Amino acid sequence: MTRRYFFSKLFQALLTILIILVMNYFLFRVMPGDPVSMLVRNPRMSPEATQKVAEMFGLDKPWYQQFGIYLINLTSGNLGTSFIYKKPVGGIIMERFLATMLLTVAAEALAILGGALLGIIAAWKRGKRVDVAALGFALVTYAMPTFWLGILMVALFAVTLRWFPTSGMLTPTLSMAGFWQRLPDTLWHLVLPGVTLALVLLGEYALIMRNALIDVLTEDYITTARAKGASEGRVLRRHALPNAMIPMVTLIALNLGFTITGALQVETVFSWPGLGRLMYDALAGRDYPLLQGIFLITAIAVVGANFLSDLTYRFLDPRVKE
Amino acid sequence: MGMAGLILFLFFVLVAIFGPILWPYDPLEFGSPADVLQPPSAAHWLGTDDMGRDVLLGLIAGSRVSLMVGILATVVSMSVGAFVGLTAGYLGKGTDAVLMRFTDVFLVLPWLPLMLILAALLGASLWNIILVIGLTGWAGTARLVRAQALAVKERPFVERARALGSSRWGIMGRHVLPNVFPLIFANTILIVAVSILSETTLSFLGMGDSTRPSWGMMLHFAFASGAISNGAYWFLVPPGLCVLLVVLAFTFMGYALDEILNPKLRKR
Repeated sequence: MTRRYFFSKLFQALLTILIILVMNYFLFRVMPGDPVSMLVRNPRMSPEATQKVAEMFGLDKPWYQQFGIYLINLTSGNLGTSFIYKKPVGGIIMERFLATMLLTVAAEALAILGGALLGIIAAWKRGKRVDVAALGFALVTYAMPTFWLGILMVALFAVTLRWFPTSGMLTPTLSMAGFWQRLPDTLWHLVLPGVTLALVLLGEYALIMRNALIDVLTEDYITTARAKGASEGRVLRRHALPNAMIPMVTLIALNLGFTITGALQVETVFSWPGLGRLMYDALAGRDYPLLQGIFLITAIAVVGANFLSDLTYRFLDPRVKE
Repeated sequence: MGMAGLILFLFFVLVAIFGPILWPYDPLEFGSPADVLQPPSAAHWLGTDDMGRDVLLGLIAGSRVSLMVGILATVVSMSVGAFVGLTAGYLGKGTDAVLMRFTDVFLVLPWLPLMLILAALLGASLWNIILVIGLTGWAGTARLVRAQALAVKERPFVERARALGSSRWGIMGRHVLPNVFPLIFANTILIVAVSILSETTLSFLGMGDSTRPSWGMMLHFAFASGAISNGAYWFLVPPGLCVLLVVLAFTFMGYALDEILNPKLRKR
């Protein structure tokens, strides 16, 4: 049964990735602005170069063979060549991937901790002033454009107060320094973008935590625990929280697309050298292969995370049956 | 809360409809160099931008673009979502499985890169932006509509219509859709909020129609012209604040309507 669950989820994830690949391919080739045929039609290109591009993408062959060539190129890690950087897209993305991971993981951790804490407090003080304030905070951070929050943070904490650097991931003079010198500097650069992204995510986590906890607190086993003489703290930690955490796990994975969207915006504002900033530059230079590569990588990352969350969910909540 | 949302909404709608008529604004008419990035004054209540244009007039003109794109994009995504959801829910079986798999893909996709690619390929005109936001944001609606259609199609009046010989599409349009509608309606208002945020983000990243500047486009120019390091808060704060207020207005109205229309329907 468990193995069946695993394989059905794996099959679903692979199918999703296949659909994304097909979409990615057709966006690239069939849309009006089709970049490959525009490249081939470019009058400034020499006939040999045109010939080479056409051969590489198999433009002289029927569409299903072209799709095959695209898939074969992908499996060998070939995502095409960037127009701006004149380098393979895969390599450029790999260089930037770590920076985005660092930002996303730091912000996500902060948001989960802060959101859970705020949610617990709000649920415990239900209807009181703290609860209303938490709801207001969640609504306002949700309604705010993420990049705008970033702009306000830079204007206040970096330009006016000068507590943190305005942009980048490293002070330029330290670029040749050793790892242990660069680490604190990078963490210092991480504070503002990390907090910005965390603030955007935090409100929703707090609301989910609050509602889940309020639901759980009305369950019979909580009354039982209290009747057995357990202290309020013990009821919360041992009986209520483990069950209230479950909806949050699902939300974190489902939200990953949203998190990445936020990270892309935050990176743009803070010139954080990750995929988001790369995408901004790629857009400005109409670098289609690079854009497609970034879309593909982020989409696959999201599908992978959802797959992992399905497995974790099953592990956390044995009641789940498929 | 719903009332506060409604008042805010009406205020912005009135500004969007009558503002540009009362105070005409030409985004291509730049001010003199002496007018560039001036702080608020009696002549320019909210100061001037990087081209010497009045920020307040820009905000008024932008309200029309932002609201229009948000609402029309929602119409697109509701239509697609309702169509997919109804078809999947009513026809069931293979159609349902295929459509829902596709919906799930759209539900988890990082929508910003997808929207940006589509906008870049189609060209960033106002109509294309509406289309792009609409075509990427329908998945949640499709799921909602499908769940509701599944419940409605088992009801006796649908069976009766079938027995009387109505066609599948006739039943879907005339009997299932009206019963799904209350549920869609509250959701629609929440989607307008998301669409306005999407438009703002797209424009901020440079994928907007520069002949029709929205609030997001104003922020784009503010950011690109270095308003942060110049401390030009009058150029940075008001457009974002407008987006925040409008999105809050739609969110408040959406939740209030949801409570009125669907007291017990939605558990999550």
